[in-house]
Amino acid sequence: MDLFEYQARDLFEAHGVPVLAGIVAHTPEEAKAAAEKIGGVTVVKAQVKVGGRGKAGGVKVAKSADEAFEHAQKILGMDIKGHTVKKVMIAQGADIAEEYYFSVLLDRSNRNYLAMCSVEGGMEIEQLAVERPDALAKVPVDPATGIDQAKANEIVEAAGFAPELREKVADVIVRLWDVFKGEDATLVEVNPLVKTGSGDIVALDGKVSLDENASFRHKDHEELADKDSEDPLEAKAKALDLNYVKLDGEVGIIGNGAGLVMSTLDVVAYAGEKHGNVKPANFLDIGGGASAEVMANGLSIILGDDQVKSVFVNVFGGITACDAVANGIVGALSKLGDTANKPLVVRLDGNNVDEGRRILHEANHPLVTLAENMDQGADKAAELANSSNSVK
Amino acid sequence: MSIFLNKNNKVIVQGITGSEGSKHTARMLAAGTNVVGGVNARKAGTTVKHDDQHGSPVELPVFGSVKEAMAETGADTSIVFVPPAFTKDAVVEAIESEIGLVVVITEGVPVQDSAEFWALAQSKKDSNGNQITRIIGPNCPGIITPGEALVGITPANITGKGGVGLVSKSGTLTYQMMYELRDLGFSTAIGIGGDPVIGTTHIDALAAFEADPETKAIVMIGEIGGDAEERAAEFIKNNVTKPVVGYVAGFTAPEGKTMGHAGAIVSGSSGTAQAKKEALEAAGVKVGKTPSETAHLLRSVYPKHEAPSAL
Repeated sequence: MDLFEYQARDLFEAHGVPVLAGIVAHTPEEAKAAAEKIGGVTVVKAQVKVGGRGKAGGVKVAKSADEAFEHAQKILGMDIKGHTVKKVMIAQGADIAEEYYFSVLLDRSNRNYLAMCSVEGGMEIEQLAVERPDALAKVPVDPATGIDQAKANEIVEAAGFAPELREKVADVIVRLWDVFKGEDATLVEVNPLVKTGSGDIVALDGKVSLDENASFRHKDHEELADKDSEDPLEAKAKALDLNYVKLDGEVGIIGNGAGLVMSTLDVVAYAGEKHGNVKPANFLDIGGGASAEVMANGLSIILGDDQVKSVFVNVFGGITACDAVANGIVGALSKLGDTANKPLVVRLDGNNVDEGRRILHEANHPLVTLAENMDQGADKAAELANSSNSVK
Repeated sequence: MSIFLNKNNKVIVQGITGSEGSKHTARMLAAGTNVVGGVNARKAGTTVKHDDQHGSPVELPVFGSVKEAMAETGADTSIVFVPPAFTKDAVVEAIESEIGLVVVITEGVPVQDSAEFWALAQSKKDSNGNQITRIIGPNCPGIITPGEALVGITPANITGKGGVGLVSKSGTLTYQMMYELRDLGFSTAIGIGGDPVIGTTHIDALAAFEADPETKAIVMIGEIGGDAEERAAEFIKNNVTKPVVGYVAGFTAPEGKTMGHAGAIVSGSSGTAQAKKEALEAAGVKVGKTPSETAHLLRSVYPKHEAPSAL
C-alpha cells in the first residue's frame, strides 16, 4: 500500500524524523485555516500517488493564508497523470540550503534491503541513477542487523557528505530505518532530505509503501487506506474477503489460484482478438475452497459489473475436487436466482472432473455452457461477450 | 532420482495439530510420505492419529521443539503450516535446529519476516561452506516427487513418476501443467511460491534438474513481478543443456496492481510478462502463450526415446 505524502510525514514525525509542520486539507477553507495555523509562508501541495506533480502545477508557494486558499481552489480537482487531486497538504515553507536524497527499500533480487543515498537530491532519482550513477551511493542492508549507527555512518560516507554533516544525517537515517522496520514498510524514500539555512536536517517530502501482509500487527494501518479512490466493486469484494481486481473488459473471470487466474485473463484476451477484441473484466481468485457461498459472492460481484457480458469460470479441482466446485456453482446460481442473468462458461479439470461435469449436465441450467478445456472455454466466453455486444 | 525430496526423507509437521496441518498430514501420509511426527509446544507429549498409504493406522508423536523432534525421529525435513504471525518463529526454529529442508506453505507472511529468516538461513553454513537449510516458499504448494513423497499440498493423484521436472511460482498452474502432461509423468514438481522474497528460486531448481539424471526436460512457470525469470533465462543460457520450455502468466495485468500473489505486481516498466517472455526466448527457451501450448511445446522437445509410449 502506497501512502500519501502527508501520511508519510505523520509516520516520520511519530518515529522522531525531523519534519516541518504539515496539515492535510480537503477544501480551500480548510487550506486557509491550516495556513493560518502554521503561519508565515506555506506550500500548497497536491496529494497524489504519482510523481511529477510540481511540473503539473500541483505545488504552489503561498505567502498568505488567502493565497493558500486560492492555490488550494485551483489544485483541488486538478488531474495529474490520471489522478484527481482530492486533498492538499499545507506545509510550512522551508528555507532550503542544500538538497539530498535517501531511501531504503526491499531488494527482491538480492533478498535483502538496499539503502540509497546522495548529496544531490531534489531531482528524479531514476534520472540521477542513469545520468550520474557515481553520485548515488547504494549500500546493501542485512535484514538480520538493519541500519544501526555504524551502518548509517557507512551510508553517509559512501554518499560523500561533508564530515561535519555526517553525524546529523546519520542520526536521521537511523530514525528513517526505524520507520521502515517499525511500520513493516517495503519502501521509505525522502526526496529531498534538506539542510535548512540554520543547518538542520529535515525530511521535506516522503514516500512510504507498507506491506499489507503485515497489517495483522499494525491495526492502525487500516485507516491509511485510500477509501475515496477505491473502486466500489473492489471495496465490496474486499468486504466479502475476495481477492478481486477490476479491469476494463467484458468477460468476467472466476478461477482458483492466483497464477491460474492471471493465466485465464491472458487466454481470454487472446481469444478476444478473434471476437471483437473483448477483454477480461476482472481478476478474481476464489482460492482453494470453492464453496457455494464463495462462488455466489464471487458471481454477485462480477454480475454487478455492468460492463460484463459473459462469465468464464475456470477451476482446476485440486484439494477441492470438481464435484464440490460444480455443486458450488449450482448452489450459487439458485442462491442468486434472477440476478444471475449473463451466460456462464464453465471449465472444470482435475480431481473428480467426470462427477463435476455430470452434476452440471444434470442441473442443466440455461445460462451454463460446459467447456472441454481452458482454451475452448475462453473462446466460448469471448464469443458470447462479443455477440451480446453486437446485439446492442 | 529426483530433486530435493525422495522417499527416504523423514518429515515433521510444524503445526501438525492445526486444521490445515492435520488435513495435509493425512494427505501426505496417503501419498506415501514418511511423516514421523510433529511440533506444537503446547501439545508436546501427545500424539495424533492418521492412516498410512495402505490404510493402516499410524500414531505420530507431537514434540515441544524441532530440535527434540529431530533428535527423537531423525527427521531431516519440516513443513510449516502455522499462521502468518507465527511463521517467522517456526522457520527460525527449524533453521537453528539445522534441519536440511523446510517447506513453508503459509500465505500472507510479512516480507520483512521472510527477509529475516532468509538472512539467518544464509548465515548457517556447513564445514564445506554450503548452506545447511534449504527453504522452499513461503506462500507455495510445496514439493512432490510422484510415487515417492509429497511435502506440500499438491494433489498427489494428478500424475505419477516420469521425466518432466517442473518449477513454478504458482500452485494451480503447477497442477494444471502436471495434468496437461500426466501421460509423461514428473521427476519432481516444485512450487517455489509467489512472494517477493522466497527461499529456493527458479535457478536453484533448474540447476538441480540439470544434475538429476531422471529429469529429461524442464517446464519453468513464472509470473509478473521481480526479475527472477530474467535471471533464470541468463542461467539457462549458460548452464542448462536439457530442453526447457517456459510459461509466464500476467500479460494482461495492469501496472501497480497486486494480482493475488504478494509478489505479482508490475512496477512501472519492470516485472512485465512481456519482458520475461523475451528474456526466456533470447536464452533459447520456447515460451507458450497458454498452458496448453506450453504443454505442447514440452512434448515437441521431449526426447522421443524417453516418452512412455516408446517403452
